[in-house]
Amino acid sequence: MALDTRTRRTPSKGTGAGQRPVRGGPRALWDSTIGKKAVMAVTGLIMLGYLVAHMMGNLKIFFGPGEFNGYGHWLRTMGAPVLHHEWGLWLVRIVLVVAVVGHAVAAYQLSRRDIRARPAKYAHTKRRTSYATRTMRWGGVILALFIVWHVLDLTTGHTHPGGFQEGHPYQNVVDTFSTWYGNVIYLVAVLAMGLHVRHGFWSAAQTLGVGNARRERVLKAGANGLALLLTAGFVSVPVAVMTGLVS
Amino acid sequence: MKLTLRVWRQPAADTDGAMTTYEVDSVSPDMSFLEMLDTLNEELILRGEDPVAFDHDCREGICGACSLVINGDAHGPERTTSCQLHMRSFQDGDTIDVEPWRAAAFPVVKDLVVDRSAFDRIIQAGGYVSAPTGSAPEAHATPVPKADADFAFEHAECIGCGACVAACPNGSAMLFTSAKVNHLGVLPQGAPERETRVLDMVDQMDAEGFGGCTLTGECATACPKGIPLPSIAAMNKEWLRAARKSPR
Repeated sequence: MALDTRTRRTPSKGTGAGQRPVRGGPRALWDSTIGKKAVMAVTGLIMLGYLVAHMMGNLKIFFGPGEFNGYGHWLRTMGAPVLHHEWGLWLVRIVLVVAVVGHAVAAYQLSRRDIRARPAKYAHTKRRTSYATRTMRWGGVILALFIVWHVLDLTTGHTHPGGFQEGHPYQNVVDTFSTWYGNVIYLVAVLAMGLHVRHGFWSAAQTLGVGNARRERVLKAGANGLALLLTAGFVSVPVAVMTGLVS
Repeated sequence: MKLTLRVWRQPAADTDGAMTTYEVDSVSPDMSFLEMLDTLNEELILRGEDPVAFDHDCREGICGACSLVINGDAHGPERTTSCQLHMRSFQDGDTIDVEPWRAAAFPVVKDLVVDRSAFDRIIQAGGYVSAPTGSAPEAHATPVPKADADFAFEHAECIGCGACVAACPNGSAMLFTSAKVNHLGVLPQGAPERETRVLDMVDQMDAEGFGGCTLTGECATACPKGIPLPSIAAMNKEWLRAARKSPR
Protein backbone atom coordinates (compact mmCIF):
# COMPACT_ATOMS: atom_id res chain seq x y z
CA MET A 1 0.00 0.00 0.00
CA ALA A 2 1.24 3.40 -0.92
CA LEU A 3 1.36 6.00 1.77
CA ASP A 4 -1.24 8.72 1.57
CA THR A 5 0.48 11.53 -0.26
CA ARG A 6 -2.48 13.82 -0.56
CA THR A 7 -3.94 16.31 1.83
CA ARG A 8 -7.45 17.63 2.04
CA ARG A 9 -6.14 20.89 3.39
CA THR A 10 -6.84 23.75 1.01
CA PRO A 11 -3.88 25.92 0.06
CA SER A 12 -3.64 28.98 2.27
CA LYS A 13 -4.47 32.25 0.60
CA GLY A 14 -2.35 35.33 0.28
CA THR A 15 0.78 33.94 1.87
CA GLY A 16 2.38 32.39 -1.19
CA ALA A 17 5.79 33.56 -2.33
CA GLY A 18 5.61 36.95 -3.98
CA GLN A 19 2.24 37.73 -2.40
CA ARG A 20 3.57 38.48 1.03
CA PRO A 21 2.90 41.98 2.25
CA VAL A 22 5.98 44.17 2.29
CA ARG A 23 7.16 44.58 5.85
CA GLY A 24 9.22 47.25 7.45
CA GLY A 25 9.40 50.93 6.71
CA PRO A 26 8.04 53.83 8.75
CA ARG A 27 4.39 52.86 8.15
CA ALA A 28 4.84 49.37 9.60
CA LEU A 29 6.73 50.88 12.52
CA TRP A 30 3.96 53.36 13.30
CA ASP A 31 1.18 50.75 12.91
CA SER A 32 2.62 48.36 15.49
CA THR A 33 2.31 48.91 19.22
CA ILE A 34 6.00 48.07 19.65
CA GLY A 35 7.03 50.39 16.82
CA LYS A 36 4.97 53.23 18.21
CA LYS A 37 6.55 52.71 21.61
CA ALA A 38 9.95 52.83 19.93
CA VAL A 39 9.00 56.22 18.45
CA MET A 40 8.02 57.36 21.95
CA ALA A 41 11.31 56.08 23.35
CA VAL A 42 13.47 57.84 20.76
CA THR A 43 11.55 61.15 20.93
CA GLY A 44 11.60 60.91 24.72
CA LEU A 45 15.37 60.48 24.74
CA ILE A 46 15.77 63.48 22.40
CA MET A 47 13.74 65.59 24.84
CA LEU A 48 15.69 64.17 27.77
CA GLY A 49 18.98 65.17 26.14
CA TYR A 50 17.57 68.66 25.64
CA LEU A 51 16.49 68.81 29.29
CA VAL A 52 20.01 68.06 30.47
CA ALA A 53 21.42 70.86 28.27
CA HIS A 54 18.62 73.22 29.33
CA MET A 55 19.26 72.56 33.01
CA MET A 56 22.98 73.23 32.65
CA GLY A 57 22.16 76.50 30.87
CA ASN A 58 19.77 77.47 33.68
CA LEU A 59 22.45 76.96 36.29
CA LYS A 60 24.47 79.77 34.68
CA ILE A 61 22.08 82.15 36.43
CA PHE A 62 24.15 81.61 39.60
CA PHE A 63 27.13 83.31 37.92
CA GLY A 64 25.32 86.62 37.54
CA PRO A 65 23.38 88.52 34.86
CA GLY A 66 26.41 89.00 32.62
CA GLU A 67 27.14 85.33 32.14
CA PHE A 68 23.45 84.31 31.95
CA ASN A 69 22.51 86.97 29.40
CA GLY A 70 25.68 86.24 27.46
CA TYR A 71 24.68 82.58 27.32
CA GLY A 72 21.24 83.61 26.05
CA HIS A 73 22.93 85.64 23.33
CA TRP A 74 25.25 82.75 22.39
CA LEU A 75 22.19 80.52 21.81
CA ARG A 76 21.29 82.89 18.97
CA THR A 77 24.76 82.95 17.43
CA MET A 78 25.26 79.19 17.87
CA GLY A 79 26.97 77.63 14.86
CA ALA A 80 28.15 80.96 13.44
CA PRO A 81 29.61 81.73 11.03
CA VAL A 82 28.33 78.61 9.25
CA LEU A 83 24.79 79.24 10.46
CA HIS A 84 23.02 82.57 10.15
CA HIS A 85 21.71 84.40 13.26
CA GLU A 86 19.26 82.15 15.20
CA TRP A 87 19.42 79.33 12.62
CA GLY A 88 20.99 76.96 15.12
CA LEU A 89 18.32 77.84 17.67
CA TRP A 90 15.55 77.27 15.14
CA LEU A 91 17.03 73.92 14.17
CA VAL A 92 16.87 72.87 17.82
CA ARG A 93 13.31 74.20 18.06
CA ILE A 94 12.18 72.27 14.97
CA VAL A 95 13.69 69.01 16.25
CA LEU A 96 12.01 69.58 19.62
CA VAL A 97 8.59 70.34 18.12
CA VAL A 98 8.79 67.19 15.98
CA ALA A 99 9.79 65.18 19.05
CA VAL A 100 7.02 66.63 21.24
CA VAL A 101 4.34 66.11 18.60
CA GLY A 102 5.50 62.57 17.76
CA HIS A 103 5.69 61.65 21.44
CA ALA A 104 2.28 63.12 22.25
CA VAL A 105 0.44 61.64 19.26
CA ALA A 106 1.90 58.19 19.88
CA ALA A 107 1.05 58.46 23.59
CA TYR A 108 -2.52 59.51 22.81
CA GLN A 109 -3.07 56.68 20.32
CA LEU A 110 -1.50 54.04 22.55
CA SER A 111 -3.45 55.25 25.59
CA ARG A 112 -6.71 55.07 23.67
CA ARG A 113 -5.83 51.52 22.66
CA ASP A 114 -4.86 50.55 26.22
CA ILE A 115 -8.10 51.87 27.69
CA ARG A 116 -10.14 50.04 25.04
CA ALA A 117 -8.24 46.83 25.78
CA ARG A 118 -9.43 46.85 29.40
CA PRO A 119 -13.07 48.04 29.31
CA ALA A 120 -14.26 46.31 32.51
CA LYS A 121 -12.64 47.15 35.83
CA TYR A 122 -12.14 44.70 38.68
CA ALA A 123 -14.47 45.04 41.65
CA HIS A 124 -11.50 44.35 43.90
CA THR A 125 -8.63 46.60 42.83
CA LYS A 126 -5.13 46.66 44.17
CA ARG A 127 -2.52 49.34 43.72
CA ARG A 128 0.90 47.89 43.10
CA THR A 129 2.55 50.18 40.59
CA SER A 130 4.72 53.12 41.60
CA TYR A 131 3.41 56.69 41.66
CA ALA A 132 5.67 57.59 38.73
CA THR A 133 4.21 54.76 36.63
CA ARG A 134 0.60 55.64 37.41
CA THR A 135 1.04 59.34 36.60
CA MET A 136 2.73 58.97 33.20
CA ARG A 137 -0.37 59.97 31.20
CA TRP A 138 -1.63 62.89 33.27
CA GLY A 139 1.94 63.92 34.03
CA GLY A 140 2.51 64.13 30.29
CA VAL A 141 -0.57 66.32 29.86
CA ILE A 142 0.66 68.61 32.66
CA LEU A 143 4.05 68.87 30.97
CA ALA A 144 2.48 69.72 27.59
CA LEU A 145 0.39 72.50 29.16
CA PHE A 146 3.45 73.74 31.05
CA ILE A 147 5.54 73.95 27.87
CA VAL A 148 2.89 76.20 26.29
CA TRP A 149 2.89 78.52 29.32
CA HIS A 150 6.68 78.41 29.62
CA VAL A 151 7.16 79.53 26.00
CA LEU A 152 4.51 82.28 26.32
CA ASP A 153 6.14 83.41 29.57
CA LEU A 154 9.87 83.44 28.87
CA THR A 155 10.30 83.14 25.08
CA THR A 156 7.55 85.31 23.55
CA GLY A 157 6.69 87.20 26.76
CA HIS A 158 2.92 87.21 26.12
CA THR A 159 1.99 86.10 29.63
CA HIS A 160 5.08 87.52 31.30
CA PRO A 161 4.47 89.41 34.55
CA GLY A 162 5.89 92.92 34.37
CA GLY A 163 7.63 94.23 31.27
CA PHE A 164 9.20 91.45 29.20
CA GLN A 165 12.62 92.50 27.99
CA GLU A 166 13.95 90.80 24.88
CA GLY A 167 17.61 89.92 25.42
CA HIS A 168 17.50 90.24 29.19
CA PRO A 169 16.60 86.71 30.30
CA TYR A 170 18.11 87.19 33.77
CA GLN A 171 15.61 89.94 34.67
CA ASN A 172 12.74 88.01 33.01
CA VAL A 173 13.47 84.89 35.09
CA VAL A 174 13.59 86.95 38.29
CA ASP A 175 10.25 88.59 37.36
CA THR A 176 8.54 85.24 36.76
CA PHE A 177 9.74 83.69 39.99
CA SER A 178 8.76 86.79 41.95
CA THR A 179 5.10 85.86 41.44
CA TRP A 180 3.50 83.13 43.53
CA TYR A 181 1.75 81.51 40.55
CA GLY A 182 4.93 81.47 38.50
CA ASN A 183 6.62 79.48 41.24
CA VAL A 184 3.67 77.14 41.75
CA ILE A 185 3.25 76.31 38.06
CA TYR A 186 6.99 75.81 37.62
CA LEU A 187 7.49 73.62 40.70
CA VAL A 188 4.49 71.40 39.88
CA ALA A 189 5.76 70.97 36.32
CA VAL A 190 9.31 70.19 37.43
CA LEU A 191 8.07 67.53 39.85
CA ALA A 192 5.89 66.05 37.08
CA MET A 193 8.98 66.07 34.82
CA GLY A 194 11.04 64.24 37.45
CA LEU A 195 8.43 61.52 37.84
CA HIS A 196 7.99 61.27 34.06
CA VAL A 197 11.74 60.84 33.55
CA ARG A 198 11.96 58.29 36.36
CA HIS A 199 9.60 55.82 34.65
CA GLY A 200 10.20 57.09 31.11
CA PHE A 201 13.96 56.64 30.92
CA TRP A 202 13.79 53.08 32.21
CA SER A 203 10.84 52.30 29.93
CA ALA A 204 12.63 53.71 26.89
CA ALA A 205 15.53 51.37 27.60
CA GLN A 206 13.15 48.40 27.75
CA THR A 207 11.32 49.47 24.59
CA LEU A 208 14.55 49.81 22.63
CA GLY A 209 15.62 46.37 23.87
CA VAL A 210 18.58 47.61 25.89
CA GLY A 211 17.23 46.23 29.17
CA ASN A 212 17.94 42.75 30.41
CA ALA A 213 18.05 41.05 33.79
CA ARG A 214 21.69 42.00 34.43
CA ARG A 215 21.31 45.66 33.48
CA GLU A 216 18.05 46.10 35.42
CA ARG A 217 19.66 47.64 38.50
CA VAL A 218 21.95 49.92 36.52
CA LEU A 219 19.08 51.20 34.38
CA LYS A 220 16.79 51.75 37.39
CA ALA A 221 19.57 53.60 39.24
CA GLY A 222 20.30 55.64 36.11
CA ALA A 223 16.64 56.62 35.76
CA ASN A 224 16.39 57.62 39.42
CA GLY A 225 19.68 59.52 39.33
CA LEU A 226 18.75 61.38 36.15
CA ALA A 227 15.30 62.26 37.50
CA LEU A 228 16.75 63.49 40.78
CA LEU A 229 19.52 65.49 39.10
CA LEU A 230 17.15 67.20 36.66
CA THR A 231 14.58 67.96 39.38
CA ALA A 232 17.19 69.43 41.71
CA GLY A 233 18.80 71.45 38.91
CA PHE A 234 15.53 72.97 37.69
CA VAL A 235 14.11 73.57 41.18
CA SER A 236 17.26 75.42 42.28
CA VAL A 237 16.47 78.46 40.09
CA PRO A 238 13.04 79.43 41.52
CA VAL A 239 14.27 78.55 45.02
CA ALA A 240 17.25 80.87 44.52
CA VAL A 241 14.96 83.71 43.41
CA MET A 242 12.57 83.09 46.32
CA THR A 243 15.39 83.15 48.85
CA GLY A 244 16.97 86.22 47.30
CA LEU A 245 20.14 84.44 46.19
CA VAL A 246 19.32 85.54 42.63
CA SER A 247 17.72 88.96 42.31
CA MET B 1 -13.10 27.58 58.03
CA LYS B 2 -16.10 29.72 57.27
CA LEU B 3 -15.80 32.07 54.34
CA THR B 4 -17.81 34.72 52.55
CA LEU B 5 -17.35 34.63 48.79
CA ARG B 6 -18.25 37.40 46.41
CA VAL B 7 -18.30 35.76 42.99
CA TRP B 8 -18.85 37.29 39.55
CA ARG B 9 -22.02 35.69 38.15
CA GLN B 10 -22.90 36.27 34.51
CA PRO B 11 -25.34 33.82 32.89
CA ALA B 12 -24.08 34.36 29.32
CA ALA B 13 -21.65 36.40 27.23
CA ASP B 14 -24.22 38.97 26.18
CA THR B 15 -25.92 39.47 29.54
CA ASP B 16 -25.00 41.72 32.45
CA GLY B 17 -23.24 40.24 35.43
CA ALA B 18 -22.84 41.14 39.09
CA MET B 19 -20.86 40.18 42.17
CA THR B 20 -22.99 37.70 44.15
CA THR B 21 -22.38 36.82 47.78
CA TYR B 22 -22.22 33.22 49.05
CA GLU B 23 -21.41 31.77 52.46
CA VAL B 24 -19.25 28.63 52.45
CA ASP B 25 -18.96 26.56 55.61
CA SER B 26 -16.69 23.66 56.60
CA VAL B 27 -13.79 24.64 54.37
CA SER B 28 -10.59 22.75 55.15
CA PRO B 29 -7.31 24.75 55.05
CA ASP B 30 -5.89 21.84 53.02
CA MET B 31 -8.41 22.30 50.22
CA SER B 32 -7.26 23.93 47.03
CA PHE B 33 -9.12 27.05 45.96
CA LEU B 34 -10.89 25.08 43.24
CA GLU B 35 -11.93 22.34 45.71
CA MET B 36 -13.44 25.08 47.83
CA LEU B 37 -15.40 26.25 44.76
CA ASP B 38 -16.43 22.59 44.14
CA THR B 39 -17.85 22.56 47.70
CA LEU B 40 -19.80 25.72 46.95
CA ASN B 41 -21.08 24.26 43.67
CA GLU B 42 -22.26 21.04 45.36
CA GLU B 43 -24.31 23.14 47.76
CA LEU B 44 -25.69 25.24 44.89
CA ILE B 45 -26.67 22.11 42.97
CA LEU B 46 -28.43 20.67 46.06
CA ARG B 47 -30.31 23.96 46.42
CA GLY B 48 -31.31 23.72 42.75
CA GLU B 49 -29.26 26.75 41.73
CA ASP B 50 -26.92 27.15 38.77
CA PRO B 51 -23.36 26.19 39.82
CA VAL B 52 -20.52 28.69 39.32
CA ALA B 53 -18.79 28.05 36.00
CA PHE B 54 -14.97 28.19 36.12
CA ASP B 55 -12.18 26.81 33.94
CA HIS B 56 -9.96 24.03 35.27
CA ASP B 57 -8.23 20.95 33.92
CA CYS B 58 -5.07 19.37 35.32
CA ARG B 59 -5.31 20.90 38.79
CA GLU B 60 -1.59 20.48 39.23
CA GLY B 61 -0.44 23.86 37.97
CA ILE B 62 0.84 22.89 34.52
CA CYS B 63 -2.03 23.26 32.04
CA GLY B 64 -2.93 26.92 32.38
CA ALA B 65 -6.70 26.38 32.33
CA CYS B 66 -7.63 27.85 35.70
CA SER B 67 -8.12 31.57 35.54
CA LEU B 68 -9.44 33.32 38.64
CA VAL B 69 -8.76 36.83 39.87
CA ILE B 70 -8.83 36.39 43.64
CA ASN B 71 -8.97 39.54 45.76
CA GLY B 72 -7.70 41.55 42.82
CA ASP B 73 -4.71 39.26 42.15
CA ALA B 74 -4.59 37.00 39.09
CA HIS B 75 -4.35 33.48 40.60
CA GLY B 76 -4.60 34.93 44.12
CA PRO B 77 -2.06 35.90 46.75
CA GLU B 78 0.53 33.14 46.17
CA ARG B 79 2.83 32.91 43.15
CA THR B 80 1.13 29.87 41.64
CA THR B 81 -1.97 28.93 39.69
CA SER B 82 -5.47 29.11 41.22
CA CYS B 83 -5.60 25.30 41.42
CA GLN B 84 -2.38 25.15 43.47
CA LEU B 85 -3.51 27.90 45.81
CA HIS B 86 -4.64 26.42 49.12
CA MET B 87 -7.16 27.73 51.61
CA ARG B 88 -4.44 27.94 54.26
CA SER B 89 -3.47 31.17 52.51
CA PHE B 90 -6.68 32.67 53.89
CA GLN B 91 -8.06 33.30 57.39
CA ASP B 92 -11.25 31.94 58.89
CA GLY B 93 -14.05 34.46 58.35
CA ASP B 94 -12.39 36.14 55.34
CA THR B 95 -14.39 37.72 52.53
CA ILE B 96 -12.89 36.70 49.19
CA ASP B 97 -13.64 38.35 45.84
CA VAL B 98 -13.51 36.03 42.82
CA GLU B 99 -13.61 37.55 39.34
CA PRO B 100 -12.85 36.45 35.77
CA TRP B 101 -9.84 37.66 33.71
CA ARG B 102 -10.72 41.15 32.49
CA ALA B 103 -9.62 42.17 29.00
CA ALA B 104 -11.39 43.13 25.78
CA ALA B 105 -9.55 40.30 24.02
CA PHE B 106 -10.79 37.77 26.65
CA PRO B 107 -14.60 38.09 26.57
CA VAL B 108 -16.51 36.43 29.41
CA VAL B 109 -18.29 33.26 28.27
CA LYS B 110 -20.07 32.56 31.55
CA ASP B 111 -19.41 33.47 35.20
CA LEU B 112 -15.63 33.05 35.64
CA VAL B 113 -14.95 31.47 32.24
CA VAL B 114 -13.36 33.64 29.56
CA ASP B 115 -12.58 32.91 25.91
CA ARG B 116 -8.79 32.81 25.48
CA SER B 117 -8.82 31.83 21.77
CA ALA B 118 -6.88 35.03 21.07
CA PHE B 119 -3.80 33.33 22.58
CA ASP B 120 -4.27 30.34 20.26
CA ARG B 121 -4.34 32.65 17.26
CA ILE B 122 -1.14 34.37 18.42
CA ILE B 123 0.53 30.95 18.65
CA GLN B 124 -0.83 29.99 15.22
CA ALA B 125 0.70 33.16 13.79
CA GLY B 126 4.22 32.05 14.60
CA GLY B 127 4.62 30.02 17.78
CA TYR B 128 6.05 26.99 16.01
CA VAL B 129 9.21 25.66 14.40
CA SER B 130 9.31 24.11 10.93
CA ALA B 131 11.17 21.02 12.12
CA PRO B 132 10.85 17.86 10.06
CA THR B 133 8.65 15.33 11.79
CA GLY B 134 9.42 11.65 11.97
CA SER B 135 11.78 9.79 14.24
CA ALA B 136 13.37 11.84 17.02
CA PRO B 137 16.72 13.32 15.96
CA GLU B 138 19.91 12.45 17.80
CA ALA B 139 19.93 14.62 20.90
CA HIS B 140 23.45 16.00 20.36
CA ALA B 141 23.10 16.64 16.64
CA THR B 142 22.33 20.32 17.22
CA PRO B 143 24.48 21.83 19.94
CA VAL B 144 22.82 24.51 22.06
CA PRO B 145 24.92 26.65 24.41
CA LYS B 146 23.95 26.19 28.06
CA ALA B 147 23.05 29.85 28.52
CA ASP B 148 20.71 29.74 25.50
CA ALA B 149 19.14 26.49 26.68
CA ASP B 150 18.47 28.03 30.10
CA PHE B 151 17.03 31.19 28.54
CA ALA B 152 14.76 29.13 26.26
CA PHE B 153 13.64 26.90 29.09
CA GLU B 154 12.83 29.83 31.35
CA HIS B 155 10.46 31.13 28.67
CA ALA B 156 9.14 27.70 27.71
CA GLU B 157 7.69 27.51 31.22
CA CYS B 158 4.81 29.77 30.11
CA ILE B 159 1.57 27.80 30.33
CA GLY B 160 -0.51 30.38 28.46
CA CYS B 161 -2.96 30.93 31.31
CA GLY B 162 -3.36 34.65 30.58
CA ALA B 163 -2.68 35.93 34.10
CA CYS B 164 -0.33 38.53 32.56
CA VAL B 165 -3.19 39.97 30.49
CA ALA B 166 -5.56 39.84 33.46
CA ALA B 167 -3.10 41.70 35.69
CA CYS B 168 -2.05 44.32 33.14
CA PRO B 169 -3.88 47.66 33.46
CA ASN B 170 -3.72 47.86 29.65
CA GLY B 171 -4.86 44.28 28.99
CA SER B 172 -1.57 43.71 27.16
CA ALA B 173 -0.34 40.29 26.02
CA MET B 174 3.31 41.32 25.72
CA LEU B 175 4.62 38.97 28.42
CA PHE B 176 2.86 35.94 26.92
CA THR B 177 3.98 36.75 23.38
CA SER B 178 7.53 37.51 24.53
CA ALA B 179 7.74 34.15 26.32
CA LYS B 180 6.96 32.33 23.08
CA VAL B 181 9.13 34.55 20.89
CA ASN B 182 12.14 34.28 23.20
CA HIS B 183 11.73 30.55 23.79
CA LEU B 184 11.82 29.66 20.09
CA GLY B 185 13.92 32.55 18.78
CA VAL B 186 17.04 31.72 20.79
CA LEU B 187 17.19 28.07 19.73
CA PRO B 188 18.75 26.83 16.46
CA GLN B 189 15.55 24.92 15.68
CA GLY B 190 13.62 28.19 15.68
CA ALA B 191 16.14 30.14 13.63
CA PRO B 192 14.49 29.82 10.16
CA GLU B 193 11.39 31.72 11.35
CA ARG B 194 13.21 34.04 13.71
CA GLU B 195 12.16 37.27 11.96
CA THR B 196 8.73 36.29 10.65
CA ARG B 197 7.79 34.76 14.00
CA VAL B 198 8.15 37.93 16.04
CA LEU B 199 6.61 40.16 13.35
CA ASP B 200 3.63 37.85 12.77
CA MET B 201 2.96 37.15 16.44
CA VAL B 202 3.09 40.84 17.35
CA ASP B 203 0.82 41.68 14.38
CA GLN B 204 -1.68 39.09 15.59
CA MET B 205 -1.39 40.32 19.18
CA ASP B 206 -2.24 43.84 18.03
CA ALA B 207 -5.07 42.58 15.81
CA GLU B 208 -6.68 40.77 18.75
CA GLY B 209 -7.15 44.07 20.57
CA PHE B 210 -4.64 43.62 23.37
CA GLY B 211 -3.25 46.86 24.77
CA GLY B 212 0.31 48.11 24.56
CA CYS B 213 3.02 47.75 27.18
CA THR B 214 3.67 50.59 29.64
CA LEU B 215 6.18 48.60 31.69
CA THR B 216 4.10 48.62 34.88
CA GLY B 217 5.46 45.16 35.70
CA GLU B 218 2.08 43.82 36.87
CA CYS B 219 2.29 40.89 34.42
CA ALA B 220 5.58 39.54 35.75
CA THR B 221 4.31 39.91 39.33
CA ALA B 222 1.21 37.86 38.50
CA CYS B 223 2.86 35.18 36.34
CA PRO B 224 2.58 31.81 38.12
CA LYS B 225 5.63 30.55 36.23
CA GLY B 226 7.84 33.55 36.92
CA ILE B 227 8.38 34.74 33.34
CA PRO B 228 10.51 37.83 34.07
CA LEU B 229 9.72 41.38 32.95
CA PRO B 230 12.99 41.74 30.95
CA SER B 231 11.48 39.16 28.55
CA ILE B 232 9.48 42.05 27.09
CA ALA B 233 12.65 44.05 26.46
CA ALA B 234 14.16 40.98 24.79
CA MET B 235 11.14 40.69 22.48
CA ASN B 236 11.28 44.42 21.68
CA LYS B 237 14.90 43.90 20.66
CA GLU B 238 13.90 40.96 18.46
CA TRP B 239 11.07 42.93 16.88
CA LEU B 240 13.23 45.96 16.10
CA ARG B 241 15.91 43.67 14.66
CA ALA B 242 13.35 41.85 12.50
CA ALA B 243 11.73 45.11 11.36
CA ARG B 244 15.15 46.36 10.25
CA LYS B 245 15.92 43.13 8.37
CA SER B 246 12.55 42.88 6.60
CA PRO B 247 10.96 43.42 4.01
CA ARG B 248 11.07 39.66 3.79
